Amino acid sequence: MSHAASNHETMTLKIFAWRQKNAQEKGRFEQYTAKNIIPEMSFLEMIDVLNEDLIAQGIDPIVFDNDCREGICGTCGMVVNGVPHGPEDLVTSCQLHMRRFKDGDSIYLEPWRAKAFPIIRDLVVDRTAMDKLIESGGYISAHTGGVPDGNAIPVSKPDADTGMDAAECIGCGACVAACPNGSAMLFVGAKVTHLASYPQGRIEAAQRVCDMTDTMVKLGFGNCSNHYECEAACPKGISVRFIAKLNREYIKAKICG
Amino acid sequence: MSILQSAVGRKIFMAITGLLMFLFLVIHMLGNSSLFIGPDGLNAYAEFLHSLGAGVWIFRLVMAVLFIFHVILGIQLTAENRDARPIQYMHKKDLRTTVAAKSMIYTGVVILGFVVYHLLHFTVRITNPEISQGIDAAGRFDVYTMVVLSFENFAIAAVYIIAMFALLFHISHGLSSMLQTLGLNNGPILGTLQKIGYVVAAAIALGYVTFPVSVLLGIVKV
Repeated sequence: MSHAASNHETMTLKIFAWRQKNAQEKGRFEQYTAKNIIPEMSFLEMIDVLNEDLIAQGIDPIVFDNDCREGICGTCGMVVNGVPHGPEDLVTSCQLHMRRFKDGDSIYLEPWRAKAFPIIRDLVVDRTAMDKLIESGGYISAHTGGVPDGNAIPVSKPDADTGMDAAECIGCGACVAACPNGSAMLFVGAKVTHLASYPQGRIEAAQRVCDMTDTMVKLGFGNCSNHYECEAACPKGISVRFIAKLNREYIKAKICG
Repeated sequence: MSILQSAVGRKIFMAITGLLMFLFLVIHMLGNSSLFIGPDGLNAYAEFLHSLGAGVWIFRLVMAVLFIFHVILGIQLTAENRDARPIQYMHKKDLRTTVAAKSMIYTGVVILGFVVYHLLHFTVRITNPEISQGIDAAGRFDVYTMVVLSFENFAIAAVYIIAMFALLFHISHGLSSMLQTLGLNNGPILGTLQKIGYVVAAAIALGYVTFPVSVLLGIVKV
């Protein structure tokens, strides 16, 4: 991007980025200097600028995941100064802007760290485990026929709201990254709640909660012990009440068969 | 996958065993507060418990099973949780968790050690046999004198007080955590549940601390 377009003061930042060629190699922090950074830049644009400098110096660019850069796809994700997606509440890394930082700041970049998320390179992790969780039950397989008329299937307003709130999850994995136990309980709780809130999803609710939580164990995610770091780190503000809902669904499934 | 292998199933067992042990703590504290009545209070209470005969042994057995189950599950879950993040962050900032939540395994281990000592001290009575053999004026086993002479020993009193602080931390997270695990959080109520947990934990721990402190201050004496 063109830096000349900005009339603002530029910042120079110390970047400590995690560099790791693959899952087997031992990683390390490398220190770089990001120059000509303007407050309007997004965090990923700052890394783009830094990477251009690194390429010019003959250094491999820092590898990071990104796609929409609009805060809605869940692809980007890195731990910025110890916080998944960085210090701004309710935003993804791509929607974090450099106005949150000041000239001379040091910024530490680490990948999501969890056994279930092996590092591919630098800040990129393999989040296939999230897909496997969805494959294990995070869907509706009941045949629901053609598209029904609007409001043909009544859904109460509280259920509709709960389902939509839970469906806000973008599957970025920040909850796993933030959890001291590397648990995916918020992600699974959101999916279980989302689908159990609607008539079509209720049919398989008992099987779904059992299958998804069992798969969570098999994939090497940890167990929730109610630290609530997940909710605090979630860019979409997914509430831990959905974990409570998951627990209720599990109890119901086991008691009612 | 069975309930005892499931992430949620084991949490629910942790919550239920924790809840039952918490209820025991409340009853135990209320019963032992008869210390403040004097020998006629605590010794009569102890005699009543022993008069239950097999009942008291069944109760002890149930409590032991609950306790051991809770400990085993706690260690197992903690080991799995550590395994789930083999490489720790170099820079990680806590956003919402608490010291109590992060130290559950440590406070749990302290409580485990304390419970073993406590049973050897007052139930099996082998740690201080010299003060554990008395009979009171009414011909009952003199629990009151045993307790008072024990807590007059500063080292013993200190062990009890330290253990109660571990209990305070453990319960302060455990209570609200138990309610969340049993699905009793609808969102807005969570903050209130956590505050209630802190208050109740403080009440229980401070209640127990009053026993050794009252003896150390000479309020309760032989």
